[in-house]
Amino acid sequence: MSPLLSIAHIVVLVIMIVAAILAVVLRDLLSSVIALAAASLLLALEYYLLHAPDVAIAEAGIGAALTMAIYIFAIRATKK
Amino acid sequence: MIGGMSRIVRTMTTLIFGFIMVYGFYVIAHGHLSPGGGFQGGAIVASAFALLLVTYGTSQIQSFLSKDLLSILESTGLVLFITFAFLGLGATFFYNFVSNSGGLFGTPSAIGVNPGDLNTGGTITLMNMAVGLEVLAALGVIVLTMSVASETIHKKEKQ
Repeated sequence: MSPLLSIAHIVVLVIMIVAAILAVVLRDLLSSVIALAAASLLLALEYYLLHAPDVAIAEAGIGAALTMAIYIFAIRATKK
Repeated sequence: MIGGMSRIVRTMTTLIFGFIMVYGFYVIAHGHLSPGGGFQGGAIVASAFALLLVTYGTSQIQSFLSKDLLSILESTGLVLFITFAFLGLGATFFYNFVSNSGGLFGTPSAIGVNPGDLNTGGTITLMNMAVGLEVLAALGVIVLTMSVASETIHKKEKQ
């Protein structure tokens, strides 16, 4: 594995962990859901770097987009 | 918040929505040549529906996305898939009877390294389209039902 690719892996995984921690820590529900979607999108990027583009497309479509939409519908049903 | 987000979100949705739909159908149609296929392309198209529902709310979208029509499309996709499987029963179940026949999706594929021809693949392409139709309708109906339910609960809590 080339050193540039190793650096890309490390950067993506570190930002993913930061986004996951933000999803737990943030008090606003909508910001927390957006942090979760960012972690999911970075996971899709990591799948692509690991030469699994099929899984990456499925993860970006379902993990990032549809899950976030369903969480937003759930937040809409709550009172502020 | 119900029935529409800010003007920025609405403008971006009207700009992006068509491109997401076209990309989803591209992934479905090129399922036998490039990464992706029926399931992934259907999920992309369904995420375009989800974007529309999140932005505009259910009341404005329900004339465009009806639950009954999506249910019919879902059943149609499943029936088409199993029909293509049974049509190959002259040889075996799931036999690729369309490939190398010369008709639609029946061009013989070239040997060796080549860019790929869309008009190959036989029943693989047709089954990808059936699965894509099924998945986009099924995920669309899930998202639509959840959106309707969230707005009903919100209205009940307001009273």
